[in-house]
Amino acid sequence: MTIARRKPYGVKGAPYAFLLPATILFALFFALPIGYAMWLSFRKVHVSGLGLGSGARKEVWAGLENYTDAFTDSELLDGALRVLGYGCIVVPVMLGLALLFALMLDSEKVRLTSFTRLAIFLPYAIPGVVAALLWGFLYLPDVSPFYFVLEKLGMPQPDLLDGGPLYVALSNIAVWGGTGFNMIVIYTSLQAIPAEVYEAAKLDGATPTQIALRIKIPMVAPSLVLTFFFSIIATLQVFNEPTTLKPLTNSVSTTWSPLMKVYRDAFGTGDIYQAAAEAVIIAFATLVLSFGFLRAANRRNKQEAAR
Amino acid sequence: MSSLAVQKASSAAGATGTAQSRPPLRGRIALVPTITLLLGAIYCLLPVAWVVIASTKSGSELFSTFTFLPGSGFTDNLHDLNAYRDGIYWQWMTNSALYAVLGALLSTCVSAFSGYALATYRFRGRETLFNVLLAGVLMPPIILAIPQYLLMAKADLTDSYWSVLLPQILSPYGVYLSRIYAAAAVPSDVVEAGRMDGASEWRIFTRVALPMMVPGMVTVFLFQFVAIWNNFLLPYIMLSDDEKFPITLGLFTLLEQGANTPALYTLVITGAFLAVIPLVALFLVIQRFWSLDLLSGAVKS
Repeated sequence: MTIARRKPYGVKGAPYAFLLPATILFALFFALPIGYAMWLSFRKVHVSGLGLGSGARKEVWAGLENYTDAFTDSELLDGALRVLGYGCIVVPVMLGLALLFALMLDSEKVRLTSFTRLAIFLPYAIPGVVAALLWGFLYLPDVSPFYFVLEKLGMPQPDLLDGGPLYVALSNIAVWGGTGFNMIVIYTSLQAIPAEVYEAAKLDGATPTQIALRIKIPMVAPSLVLTFFFSIIATLQVFNEPTTLKPLTNSVSTTWSPLMKVYRDAFGTGDIYQAAAEAVIIAFATLVLSFGFLRAANRRNKQEAAR
Repeated sequence: MSSLAVQKASSAAGATGTAQSRPPLRGRIALVPTITLLLGAIYCLLPVAWVVIASTKSGSELFSTFTFLPGSGFTDNLHDLNAYRDGIYWQWMTNSALYAVLGALLSTCVSAFSGYALATYRFRGRETLFNVLLAGVLMPPIILAIPQYLLMAKADLTDSYWSVLLPQILSPYGVYLSRIYAAAAVPSDVVEAGRMDGASEWRIFTRVALPMMVPGMVTVFLFQFVAIWNNFLLPYIMLSDDEKFPITLGLFTLLEQGANTPALYTLVITGAFLAVIPLVALFLVIQRFWSLDLLSGAVKS
C-alpha cells in the first residue's frame, strides 16, 4: 500500500531531481553570463571632467550606441571577412577529405585500415594550440623542412605567414585537426548501411564509383549535414590558431578574427561594454546561421521523403 | 553497438574507389584507396614526426641541420625544460590533468543524470529544458567567457582553480549524447520492472540504468576530457598566475617569450612533444572502448 501511494509522487519528482545539477550549473554559468553580457552591451562608462575622483566615472545606459559602433567598426567587419575567406577554404576541403577518406576506408580489399584510420584521427587528440604551434614551426623558414627542400632545389620560397598564403596556412591547421574526427563520423554511418543495399546495386551492374556516388553519399547525407553544421560553428569561433601564430608573424593582428577582436576590446583596451555588444552580435549571427541551416536541411529532407 | 575497433563487417561490400567502369579488380589489394589513405596518414603524422625529431635537437642544430635528421640534444633539452623556472612545466601538466580528470568526471555525472532523466521520464517542460540546454552548444565560448570572468571577479574567484573547473562541468553536448545513449541502452520495461519491485527511482538509476549506460558514459567522459585538456580560451581569460596554467596556456606563453629569445624554441618544442604523449597514449589504449557511432546518430535501439 505504502509503495502504491509513494510511487507516483517519487516518479513525478524524480526527473526534476535528476536535472537539478544541470539546471543550477546552466543558470550560473550559461544563463546568468549571457544575461549579464546583454545588460553590459547596453551600458557604457560616462567620464566627467578629467575622470579623476570617485564620482567621475560612472556606468550609464548607452542604448544601442555600442551596437551601432560595432556595426560601423571596420576592424570587426574586416575580421568577419577574413573568417569568411578562411571558412570558404576550411569547410569544403576538410569535409571533402573526410568524405574521401571515409569512402576509401569503407571500400573493398583496402589494406592498412586500422593504422591509417588511427593516424588520420590522431590530430583530434592534439590541442589546437599545440597543433598551431607545431605547424607554426613547420611554416618558419629557419626550421621548416619545406623551405629546406625548396632551398636545395633552388626554388623561390614563399612567405607562408603573410598575405594569401597565411589563409592557406591557417586553414591547413584546421583541416589537419578536424578531418579525422569528421571522417570517423561519416565512416561510422557508412558502416550502418545494410549490405543488401550494395548487393542489389551490384546485381543491377552498378560500378563501385556509381555505388559510392548514388548510394553511399546520399545515405550518409545526415552525417554530412551534421559535420557541416559543426564545422561552420567552429569556423565562426576561430580563435586559438591565429592567436598561437601571432608570436611568429606580424601579419596576424590582434583583431584577425572577430573573437580576437572581442578579446582585445574586453581585456586589451578594457572596453567590456563594446566587447559585450560584439559578442552578442557574434552569438546572434551563429544562432541565425545555425537555425537557418537546420531549417534548410530539414526542408530538403522532407522534400526527399515526399518524393 | 559496434565500436570503432570492431573490424569492418566483412559483409559490408563497397566500392574500390577507382574511377574505372570495368568490374572490380581481381587483385588482393585495392591500390587507389590504400594509397590515398596512406597519404592521408602521412599528412596527419607529419607534424607529430617533426616534433619528435625536433625535440632531439640542440638549439644550434635546430636552425642548421635538416629538419628530419635527429639531433643530439634530447637529454639536454629535457634537462633545460626541467630546470626552467623550477620545473613549472610539470606543474602545468599536473594542472591540465587535474582540470581534465576532475572536470570530465563531474561533467559525466551531470550528463548521466540529465540524459537519463530526459530519456526515461515524460514530464512537463522536458523538451523546453532539453532545447535550452542544447542551445548552450551554439554559444560561442567567448560570449560566455567574458561575463563569466566578470562574475567570477565579483565572487572573488578569478585566477583560481575553480574559475577554470566550474564553468566546464556542464557540457550541453554531453547531455545531448547521454540522452541519445540512455534512450538506446535503457529499455523502459526494465525501469518499469524496477518500479514494480518497489525500488526507488534513485536505486533504479544507480543499480539498473547506470550499469547499462557505462559504455556511453565512457565516451562522454573522453569527449569532455579531450575538450578540457585542449581548452585554451577559458584559462587564457581566467588565469594570470602561471602556477595555475594548464599545459596549453603554459606552452603558449613560452612560445610568446620565445619570439624574443629563440633559445626558448627548443623548450617549446620539447614541451610540445611531451604534452602530446599523454593524450596520444590515452587514445591508443582506449580507442577500442570508444563507441563513436554515438556521434553519427547511428545508435540502434
